[in-house]
Amino acid sequence: MFSISGIKISGLAASVPSQIQSNRHYPFSSEKEKELFIKTTGIETRRIAPQGLTASDLCFHAAEKLLAETVPRNEIGILLFVTQTPDWIIPPTGIRLQHRLGLPKSCIALDINLGCSGYVYGLSVVSSLLKTSGGKKGILLVGDVSSSVVSEKDKSTAPIFSDAGSATLVEVCDNEQNIHFSLHNDGEGYDAIIIPDGGMKNKISPESIKSEKISEGIERNKTHLIMNGVDVFNFSLREVAPDAKMLMEYCGKKTDDIDYFVFHQANLLMNESIRKKLSIEAEKVPYSLKNFGNTSSASIPLTMATQLGEKLKNEKLSLLLSGFGVGLSWGTAILETDKINCLPLIEV
Amino acid sequence: MQLNDFIAKFENEIQDIVPGSIQPETEFKNLDSWNSMQALIFIAMVDAEYGVTLSAENLHECSTVSELFELIKTKVSQL
Repeated sequence: MFSISGIKISGLAASVPSQIQSNRHYPFSSEKEKELFIKTTGIETRRIAPQGLTASDLCFHAAEKLLAETVPRNEIGILLFVTQTPDWIIPPTGIRLQHRLGLPKSCIALDINLGCSGYVYGLSVVSSLLKTSGGKKGILLVGDVSSSVVSEKDKSTAPIFSDAGSATLVEVCDNEQNIHFSLHNDGEGYDAIIIPDGGMKNKISPESIKSEKISEGIERNKTHLIMNGVDVFNFSLREVAPDAKMLMEYCGKKTDDIDYFVFHQANLLMNESIRKKLSIEAEKVPYSLKNFGNTSSASIPLTMATQLGEKLKNEKLSLLLSGFGVGLSWGTAILETDKINCLPLIEV
Repeated sequence: MQLNDFIAKFENEIQDIVPGSIQPETEFKNLDSWNSMQALIFIAMVDAEYGVTLSAENLHECSTVSELFELIKTKVSQL
């Protein structure tokens, strides 16, 4: 656990594709399965990027609007793009975004490959780099188009994942308020969420794209995302609440001191289990699952922008952010925001 | 930890189960409504009620409701 002082979030924008898919019309589950799925996961509709609209495009649109309303582009010293769905394997997409956004060549630009914990990790990296690089402002771009890596015929993933991007403006400030972080990983669970083929370990071959029926309602190939639901569920039950508790103890806060707990939007069953373990009132735990599903790395900023937008704009808030998932990786952050420039949701 | 109480909790979590229809010897994976989503719902209930976690392997190894109960009881005793 560690703390970084003199850093604040000053702006936030989230974006989603305009195309909506309803889980009530998901064709590869029975009516009963759909009913149970929606009740259990809390996911009714998802946003799906059309062919050609990437995570970098979604983040670009969010960043364009945010920068237009906040700071001159030549003041941005760091761009961090957190995604698992980059435009290419080579080159890093973040560097392309630096150019597309008209940021100076002196702006440090890099990618991080992380999913559901990515926003918390990204915030820690941008904050740390700002403290050490002499830069004053950084932009954290976090997003995924998970719909492009799941098999639409896989009922264990397709009705869960949804697409979104985000842009967060992070800057150096005079006050000594700390952002507190707790970051963890467990590579033993590397295959709990995995796309087996397409990297250097298992290069794409004709075998990779051969569709295979795994069980009723689950058909996919080796370039599709596979999720071991029970392993991921148990990992989250085991790690997330204790990590949040530990970080609260570390910085001397109790649940009453935190205004909102913004968790990665995994699914309602999991998130409610975590909420109950922490004995947090329901009102303090916002959800964007119903309309936006599990948006991977973007779920925390998307939930902040869509569910807490007015409060973030007009009030001083104490927040606990918690991301957990692929890796396995999990992270918690505790921070204060003070009337940040939070834009309305952008539809692309 | 009582078997009757466990069975009532099990029935409460599984879709379309008539209360009183589950017996200790019921093979839960053969229930029409048992599926991967029900498995997660059940795991969440066990975690919340008994404070123990069941793995996919645990579920695989158990056939009947009473075997589930015994496994959970053993795990609780080891806490």
